[in-house]
Amino acid sequence: MFPFCFEWAWDAAHLIFMGLLYLVLGVIAFGLIHAVIKTWVKLRTPDGKCQGTDTE
Amino acid sequence: MDLALIPKGVQRCSLKVFLPWTLLWLAILTWGLLSAFLCFYKGLNQTNMNHHFAFGLWIVFDLSLIALGAGAFFTGFLIHFISKEELKAIVNAAVVIGFICYSAALAVLAVDIGQPLRFWFIFWHANIHSMLTEVSFCITAYVGVLTIEYLPLILSNRKLNEIREFNIFGDNLHHVMALFAAAGTFLSFFHQGSLGGLFGVLFGRPFAFREGFLIWPWTFFLFILSSVAAGPSFTLLCVWVAEKVTGKELVKRSVFNLLGKISGWLLSSYIILKILDTIRWAYGVVPQAGLSFMDFYRGPYGVWLLIAEIAIFGIIPAFILITPKLRGRNGLLIIGALMNITGIVLNRFVFTIQTLAIPVMPLEKFMSYLPSWQEWGIAAGAIGYGILLFSLTYRYLPLFPQEPELNPVKVFGRVIGDFGVVKRA
Repeated sequence: MFPFCFEWAWDAAHLIFMGLLYLVLGVIAFGLIHAVIKTWVKLRTPDGKCQGTDTE
Repeated sequence: MDLALIPKGVQRCSLKVFLPWTLLWLAILTWGLLSAFLCFYKGLNQTNMNHHFAFGLWIVFDLSLIALGAGAFFTGFLIHFISKEELKAIVNAAVVIGFICYSAALAVLAVDIGQPLRFWFIFWHANIHSMLTEVSFCITAYVGVLTIEYLPLILSNRKLNEIREFNIFGDNLHHVMALFAAAGTFLSFFHQGSLGGLFGVLFGRPFAFREGFLIWPWTFFLFILSSVAAGPSFTLLCVWVAEKVTGKELVKRSVFNLLGKISGWLLSSYIILKILDTIRWAYGVVPQAGLSFMDFYRGPYGVWLLIAEIAIFGIIPAFILITPKLRGRNGLLIIGALMNITGIVLNRFVFTIQTLAIPVMPLEKFMSYLPSWQEWGIAAGAIGYGILLFSLTYRYLPLFPQEPELNPVKVFGRVIGDFGVVKRA
């Protein structure tokens, strides 16, 4: 739901509920975009190979 | 045939053994897919759910899967924010188990909602006062987080890892994993709680209704605590089963012990609060509703369920898991973890089914419910999918970092670190 939807109301409940959702989605998107940009930058440098195998 | 895909330094069974194993789970998955097709094609009349039981086996199964999948976020939380470095040996498995549990729960929900093509209504026309809306948002977003956490493991497959782009991207994702772990912890905390909260706010159903703190009924906090108690136990149990099936030691015994200890102390805290909550409910909500304690325990859902949930599958496993001497014995550790999981599944069953079985009008009678074969099919299909995905992950990805060290592969008496591509004469 976005603020331009007809069900939207500018009250505390909507702002907290949807605000937190968009904040978390923003954090996830930031992490992904950060990894993509770093990959792109590293690929443009010679010998930029990494040796990662574990997820954590 | 697939030797080039096997992770470095580990040994796997031949395809002749692996394929029949996967066929078994594929057959069960097919049963699930057939049931799903019938539900989509003919509708929810394929189930034994009705106006009394709007929630059935699928919701019990979903709530249980989500509670048991909590091992993923909680292990990540313990590693990144409490610095429990020993758990790094098991975090890949915890993430895969979490992904399986949550993706299976979403798939089951897609069948359960009856109109899957309208799934987006819940996001676009969100009712922000509904606990279910919060649960839907959090679960969907958390499946995304789990997929991202799973991705570096997939990209570390020895063939995929040879591709420079994948190698670097996987490594970069690994570096920002704490951020995803934080997002996962936040999302999990709220959806685990809201799954309990949605029962606690049912003021028309005194069996589930609870008072609470601010907008959150006590069930909100009990569900969070029970899920973080059950999650590590389920991870422990899955890895133990994998060890038995493969005949190998996959993680060090100390990791099992730590998981059991964490699970045990969390379960103990939960059981104490659950007992206090039950007493408060019995002397507060029940008389206020004009009913007696035994009015809620009739038919097949007798008081034995309460005894089983709290005493047998609550107090006993908590005692086993917090006692170092008992926890130190392999058999008892596994029994403790299994009993812990059983107790939490029983709790989800009681809140879902028993809440709906109890009449809310004087003219109604105590109801009971048995799922149809299609409902069982969907649940079994989710299990088949889970075992299949875990098996494929174990075979082709470096799931357990300690495995090469614990199971050194020797060729002509010499330990080698790259068994996957060794060709036998």
